[in-house]
Amino acid sequence: MPAWSTWSSMAELAVLSGGTARPPARRANWVPYALLAPGLLWLAIFFVAPMVTLLSQSLQEGSVEAGYTFTGNWQIYVDALQKYWPQLLRSVGYSAAATLGALVLAYPLAYYIAQKAGRWKGLMLVLVVAPFFTSFLIRTLAWRTILSDTGAVAGLARSTGLTDVLQAVALTGNDSLLSSKFAVIAGLTYNFLPFMILPLYASLDRLDRRLVEAAGDLYATPWQGFRHVTWPLSLPGVVAGTLLTFIPATGDFINSRLLGNTQTVMIGQVIDSQFLRVLDYPLAAALSFILLVLILVLVSTYVRRAGTEELV
Amino acid sequence: MAQHGPGDLELIGLTKSFDDFTAVEPMDLTIPQGSFFALLGPSGCGKTTTLRMVAGLEQPTAGQILIGDTDITNTRPHQRNVNTVFQSYALFPHMSVMDNVQFGLRRRGDKDAKRKAQEALDLVELGHAGRRKPNQLSGGMQQRVALARALVNRPDVLLLDEPLGALDLKLRRQMQIELKRIQQEVGLTFIHVTHDQEEAMTMADSIAVMNAGRMEQLGDPAALYENPSSTFVANFLGQSNLLAAHITGTAGDGRLTADVHGHEVLVDAGRVPAGLRDVWLGVRPEKLALGEGNGVNELKGTVSDASFSGVATQYLVRMPWGMDLTVVQQNDGSARARLGDAVTLSWDPGHEFVLDSAQDEDAGVEHVVVDG
Ligand SMILES: Nc1ncnc2c1ncn2[C@@H]1O[C@H](COP(=O)(O)OP(=O)(O)OP(=O)(O)O)[C@@H](O)[C@H]1O
Ligand SMILES: [Mg+2]
Repeated sequence: MPAWSTWSSMAELAVLSGGTARPPARRANWVPYALLAPGLLWLAIFFVAPMVTLLSQSLQEGSVEAGYTFTGNWQIYVDALQKYWPQLLRSVGYSAAATLGALVLAYPLAYYIAQKAGRWKGLMLVLVVAPFFTSFLIRTLAWRTILSDTGAVAGLARSTGLTDVLQAVALTGNDSLLSSKFAVIAGLTYNFLPFMILPLYASLDRLDRRLVEAAGDLYATPWQGFRHVTWPLSLPGVVAGTLLTFIPATGDFINSRLLGNTQTVMIGQVIDSQFLRVLDYPLAAALSFILLVLILVLVSTYVRRAGTEELV
Repeated sequence: MAQHGPGDLELIGLTKSFDDFTAVEPMDLTIPQGSFFALLGPSGCGKTTTLRMVAGLEQPTAGQILIGDTDITNTRPHQRNVNTVFQSYALFPHMSVMDNVQFGLRRRGDKDAKRKAQEALDLVELGHAGRRKPNQLSGGMQQRVALARALVNRPDVLLLDEPLGALDLKLRRQMQIELKRIQQEVGLTFIHVTHDQEEAMTMADSIAVMNAGRMEQLGDPAALYENPSSTFVANFLGQSNLLAAHITGTAGDGRLTADVHGHEVLVDAGRVPAGLRDVWLGVRPEKLALGEGNGVNELKGTVSDASFSGVATQYLVRMPWGMDLTVVQQNDGSARARLGDAVTLSWDPGHEFVLDSAQDEDAGVEHVVVDG
């Protein structure tokens, strides 16, 4: 089962990002289970049970008024995929783009905070987390103002020709920035940026500067030193950060609703409206389940590749 | 030692300050190509800082660094044909031992990297450990990997920052011989930083003794030991008995008379800096003879401590003025003195060294390394 291997890969990852793995201690062997128990209980109640409910709901037929009966008909998955595969693919694509964007923005910042900021470190970390003091929704709404046609950003983008470039690569449809692919991806990037910065910061902060010096001493140019020492040693942070960004961004429904248009609908938005507006619970449940499996497959492939190629 | 050559390392007025603290005072030094140079000094005296400037990892506050005629002061570390064995090893934890050792060769596109790296690993007796990760090795093994990783590049200058500190005695002696052999065979310039004065004396062609950012004395091991130029060097390099003395006159035959707490002794005139009257008269413990005396330079005292170490016995002899002199007597079959015995100490004129009494007699004394 891909799901199972993903959990074990994620556990490996947790070990990697937590620093050096310790040799197993020789203790009474019930201790690990005792320590795991609260977490397992939590998972059972708040993860496994809803999953089972979701799965069974997706295999029911009926309506809110008439009530649902379990039919065990898997046809709904075929229908859901046939109807909503573009939104699924789009979600993965936008999320991947946002993850990449966040990585590119976050890496230099995290590097700077960890290695150069000195006594400003604490302040800068607080600033990174500061957006969380307002709600996700408010922050995204703020982006509507920031990107609005009359705003300074749009003005600047028009005067520098950025809007033309965005149109040329089909990230926007016209002169405005709002209600476009660009806006949705930018919103996702912005909203999940702290989740990228913090794990990157954690692994870059642990990086021993003397190793980079040693690379320089051994004829590595600064770029080679980065490529062969800094980057591989920060990979646990890169993997953790990309997962923490990619997974929630794929299921996000707020950015696409507030910053996008009818052509940028993401799967989270579909699920949201099927559950809360259309009230087609089985379809919504089936789509949720498909999304879950899709993310698990992608993430486990990714973690396994990252694990075998670079981390070990 | 090599003559003045095109690969000499030359430091001119090299200085390093951190904010208002001067870690290395202006230093002038020429290290001939192919020589084994030891930098000796107590902890925090600026040895690592000096090496880091030569490696390019620290920008000097002032001064120049030249290899031959090329000024490398402002070049980046990777542009310098200088490699370092770091005090902290600084092995790349995510690479195998083999990849660590190949790192420098690969950056220079050496086609033969693999074979050379294997040779270097064999040299440090780690030929079998190439596929392991550094954290799977003991401290001593890691240190040897660090050594192999630097050596394999055959740099103009190899900087070794206490490269043998983590090794046990046997392995350390073995690596000392190995290092010396490699150095002579390949003709590299080694700058070897160490706390271990014995290591410095046995291995180096010349030694610089550093103290608090300053170079106290530079010379070959014998010159430094026989003729220390300061009480710091006298105490730091081996042990010394420093007797407060006053030059009183000439005794002919190239000798001067001196008064040591009421006893007249003879001093080699050539060893007394001109014009000096109040001096420290230094005598090494093994230059003091315990027994009948030689008619000149005699002091009487009682044995207050004796410790037998097999090869020799070390005595402390209490002088009438309360000072303990250290005496080392070879275990050559002569009678051993016992605690409380009244004994006569003597030494030959010319076996002493003379320093200005204005210097602190305890300088460098707490740093004496009692080390196998
Ligand atoms: N980056 C730095 N900032 C401030 N002071 C420093 C820095 N690096 C070194 N120093 C100071 O410079 C002095 C010399 O340090 P250095 O590391 O060269 O000593 P060392 O002779 O190598 O000592 P050890 O034998 O303990 O390794 C020390 O007092 C140290 O505190
Ligand atoms: Mg040091």
